[in-house]
Amino acid sequence: MSATTSEAHRFRPLVARRSGLLTRHPRITISVLLLGTLAGLAVFAPLITQYDPMTLAVTQRLRPPSAAHWFGTDAYGRDTFSRTIYGGRISMQIGLSVAAVSVAIGVVVGMLGGAIRWLDPIVMRISDGLMSIPGILLAIALMSLTKASVATVIIAITIPEVPRVVRLVRSLVLTIREQTYMQAAVSSGTRLPRLMLRHILPNVVTPLIVQATYICASAVLIEAYLGFLGAGTPPEVPSWGNIIAENRTFVQLASWNIMFPGAFLALMVLGVNMLGDGVRDLLDPRLAGRIGK
Amino acid sequence: MLRIILRRLAATIPVMLVVAVVVFLMLHLSNGDPAAVIAGDNATAEDIAQLRTSLGLDRPLLEQFVQWIWQLAHGDLGASIFNRVPVSTMIAQRVEPTLALTVLTMTIAVLLAIPLGVVSAWRVGTWVDHMIMALAVAAFSCPVFLIGYALVGQFSRTWKLLPVQGYTPLSEGLVPFLLHLALPAVSLGLIYTALLARMTRSTMLEVLGEDYIRTARAKGLGVVPVLLRHGLRNAAVPIVTTIGLGIALLIGGVVVAESVFAIPGIGRLTVEALQQRDYPVIQGVILVSSLVYVLVNLLIDLSYLLLDPRIRY
Amino acid sequence: MHSRRNILAGVSASALLASSIGQGRAQGKSQAGKIKTLKAVVHADIKILDPVWTTAYITQRHANLVYDTLFAPNSKFEPQPQMVESYTLSPDGLRYSFTLRPSLVFHDNQPVRPADCIASIKRWSARDPMGQLLATFMTDMAVVDDRTFSMTLKEPYGLVLDSLGKAGSPPYIMPERLAKTPANEQVTDPTGSGPFMFKKDEWRPGNRAVYMRHPGYVPRAEPPDYLSGGKIPKLDRLEWIYIPDNNTVLSALQAGEIDYFEAPPLDFIGMLRDSPDITVLTIDSLGVQGLIRPNTLFPPFDKYEGRQALLHLIDQAEYMGAVVGDASLYMPFCGAYFLCSSDNATEVGSEPMRKPDYAKAKALLAQAGYVAGQKIVVLQPTDRPQYNAATTVLISGLRKAGVTVDVQAADWSTITARRARRDPPDKGGWHLFITTQGGPDTAMPVSNVWFNSRCERANPGWACDPELEKLLTAWAREPDRAKRHAAIEEIQRRAYVSVPYVPFGQFFQPVAFRKNVTGVLKSGQPVYWNIDKS
Repeated sequence: MSATTSEAHRFRPLVARRSGLLTRHPRITISVLLLGTLAGLAVFAPLITQYDPMTLAVTQRLRPPSAAHWFGTDAYGRDTFSRTIYGGRISMQIGLSVAAVSVAIGVVVGMLGGAIRWLDPIVMRISDGLMSIPGILLAIALMSLTKASVATVIIAITIPEVPRVVRLVRSLVLTIREQTYMQAAVSSGTRLPRLMLRHILPNVVTPLIVQATYICASAVLIEAYLGFLGAGTPPEVPSWGNIIAENRTFVQLASWNIMFPGAFLALMVLGVNMLGDGVRDLLDPRLAGRIGK
Repeated sequence: MLRIILRRLAATIPVMLVVAVVVFLMLHLSNGDPAAVIAGDNATAEDIAQLRTSLGLDRPLLEQFVQWIWQLAHGDLGASIFNRVPVSTMIAQRVEPTLALTVLTMTIAVLLAIPLGVVSAWRVGTWVDHMIMALAVAAFSCPVFLIGYALVGQFSRTWKLLPVQGYTPLSEGLVPFLLHLALPAVSLGLIYTALLARMTRSTMLEVLGEDYIRTARAKGLGVVPVLLRHGLRNAAVPIVTTIGLGIALLIGGVVVAESVFAIPGIGRLTVEALQQRDYPVIQGVILVSSLVYVLVNLLIDLSYLLLDPRIRY
Repeated sequence: MHSRRNILAGVSASALLASSIGQGRAQGKSQAGKIKTLKAVVHADIKILDPVWTTAYITQRHANLVYDTLFAPNSKFEPQPQMVESYTLSPDGLRYSFTLRPSLVFHDNQPVRPADCIASIKRWSARDPMGQLLATFMTDMAVVDDRTFSMTLKEPYGLVLDSLGKAGSPPYIMPERLAKTPANEQVTDPTGSGPFMFKKDEWRPGNRAVYMRHPGYVPRAEPPDYLSGGKIPKLDRLEWIYIPDNNTVLSALQAGEIDYFEAPPLDFIGMLRDSPDITVLTIDSLGVQGLIRPNTLFPPFDKYEGRQALLHLIDQAEYMGAVVGDASLYMPFCGAYFLCSSDNATEVGSEPMRKPDYAKAKALLAQAGYVAGQKIVVLQPTDRPQYNAATTVLISGLRKAGVTVDVQAADWSTITARRARRDPPDKGGWHLFITTQGGPDTAMPVSNVWFNSRCERANPGWACDPELEKLLTAWAREPDRAKRHAAIEEIQRRAYVSVPYVPFGQFFQPVAFRKNVTGVLKSGQPVYWNIDKS
């Protein structure tokens, strides 16, 4: 009895253990504030800037930052501040979507694989196969299947991430399955769906949240790499990644077009990573150490 | 042990089959046409169609797939559609630079990250910890090509210490080899260091919280022996796992770094083949790299046996 | 003891390092004395060695080095004898006789014989448009003696020498054994008789291509003039390096790691001009023409009004600003189909492009059957910066005229495949794309690939205007150069009615090289003979 309780203790569901969270956890506070600011700028973009991010003004191209154009202009004369702010919409959309979709698919497939024994080898072979193809190459190949759009970029970045989530979930499920309280539940006749929902899922949530933040951060970076290699979001749609990639020729000539979106991209990645670290440290550092197995 | 290895090797065959099918389908179903690229900017639609036929690209997919698998079974990876150079030759020519870059990057990262992670965990909560972690996240947040441009600007153009681009094989001298690889390895290494340092720190934290550490310290053991013998040894398994996982992340960065620094490696070969739809090259490279990945995983799993006596297969 | 040894070790190690760096630099210089090498960064990676099998520009650059041609254009674009020592034309204009220069030899030390020339011309004329045209006029070619061959025509044709000696895709002379390869199969053996030899064993596809001087090459005595005259190879060794990242090329050029940059991004030109170690030179006085290509198979661009509407969208300053940037590198306005810097320049018919009139464009589109909300499919290549920029401007212009644009952004491989398809735009086809062209071929009506309006047999876009084709055929048949020149205005006037394409501006692409490189010729395309390095 006591053994079961103490083991269950390790896998307590998602409840804050201490009061005064925010003052005690600067990481979460700072990251939430940071991400909130970035999100706010993106959402309220039309109110913040009067320039349309897609209107050309070629006579004003490559102007350095000034009172009229806070972040300067790009090679078509478009206002860089406006494109950076609006770019946040797409970048954040990509980051969140990739994280959400890859975790969702990964959880379902991983739980099925971990719980249903005959499904397990199939799931593992397929996910091993996908994982053995370098992610960026898989993403470029997927982009070549269709035209460039935000949706296809999201899919192209998500698919290489799914196998890792599957592995994580599966290994957690396998560990949980061996716990005594689980064996007790099985022997007392609990059916599989109930097992999965009531016992497995809550204990998988914590490491998944942390993993999701890492996926979100790397998705935003991978989008920049895809843009660099010519397989990213469509040119006219601003996103931090493709603004940087598009303007990389101007690193010596008009570095403001790279620095400002680059700073925003770095801040978002920073914020998301800090959030992940903070959440992990808060909830269960020991459990979170299992990430990567 | 031998049985384990053989069993694992046998399990790779279905994996490789999955990879083969996935890659083949993706390529042949994709938009884009190597015939169009070959024919050139000023070709007519008829030129392109004729070229497709003469290259055998308009045969049924199943027939093309079977022919490819048949060739593979005979150890023939095919030849580039564009220049007729055998794929195996191209891979052989390009393996050394990528391998060199990857190994050098990982060496730099491991040498930097593990000490940083250990120190950070040991001094958790202090300004040392915060600073190291902040730098780590900052390095991790920057796209590798920007780091590359910045380093080239400083070290090559301004200080004229290191070459801008290119690669000299090891056979032409150790010093030019290292000089050319320095900037790319450092650019990539910073990112990988960040990832590894964070993982080392968190694993060490978990380990350092264990009772046996407290016991060791209570017994009077010095900090360093405790950290290394008791701490790091036990943290080794997850750290090695991260190194393995990080290789996947590293490949993405290697591909970009090879483009920026003009290193003639496999990453660039594949990206350019993808852009041109040079199917045999893409298929061959991905298949080979999958095989390598699977073998590396096997090695890592075997290394667990050395590092953690509790693990049995 | 320990520390001193360590210090000594450290000092000697850093000394070794420093001397190796220094030695690396010095070695470059002394090697230059032994084997003169030029490192050039070219605009693409050479993949295909057969200039008949592909129209890719990089393969033509390669072909210029390893092959020789019967004739070659001078700076007035008149074909000058190159491999030919002398030629005659019979009084009835039906029989040419070409005598080759003595001592022409291939890279494998075999002499060049008339049979090699005949086979090469045959193979070339199976694929090249001007070659196909020549073939329709030709009845026969025959060997006369061991240095002479004849060409017999059905009727007099004024463009025989221009065809054999054109600047882009001329018949490069290969050994007969290679020229016998069917034109739809690739020749992978790069043996030719040109001033440089391709070193296949040192070729690293995707990285480096190496050429060595052909010791058996005997150049003509005349000074070089454009692509004609004496082609003296002064370099011992030429390396073509492919570096995909333009920033890296720029840094490498500034650092002296490479000597010659074939196609610097136009935004770099200002910086390169200011650099004391680098020379910027415009070797192509004709320049590059940007064009919008409409698809004549589907509405609204199947009607003349639809295509004419495009003319009213054009603000050349906007296009040139986006594509080029630096005003010293483009013309303020150019409405000539055959390049503003050529003999065939005229502004006849180009008034609609002077100032954009979006209302007029909208009206013309409606006349051509454009319905509000109908999606116009525009192909945008994400990995070709200049085309990408021009397409962005085009999309903006279309939107100002009330057009709903469906932007299909994809990589170049997808775009080239898609534009060859005749499917309806919403089912995998297209309405508009952007491309460029240049050189003497563009300056002539019959060799301007995007101008030809032979409907089914035209390039993608399938420009179709029988009346224009009649004018072109008459122009080609006219033997008198002065009369041909006068007919250009009529041709262009008609072109602005049926609009095979819309020229959106003309610009120049200079090359850049280190100050110690001399002898760079103004030859239109980059060529590497006459270049020396000190």
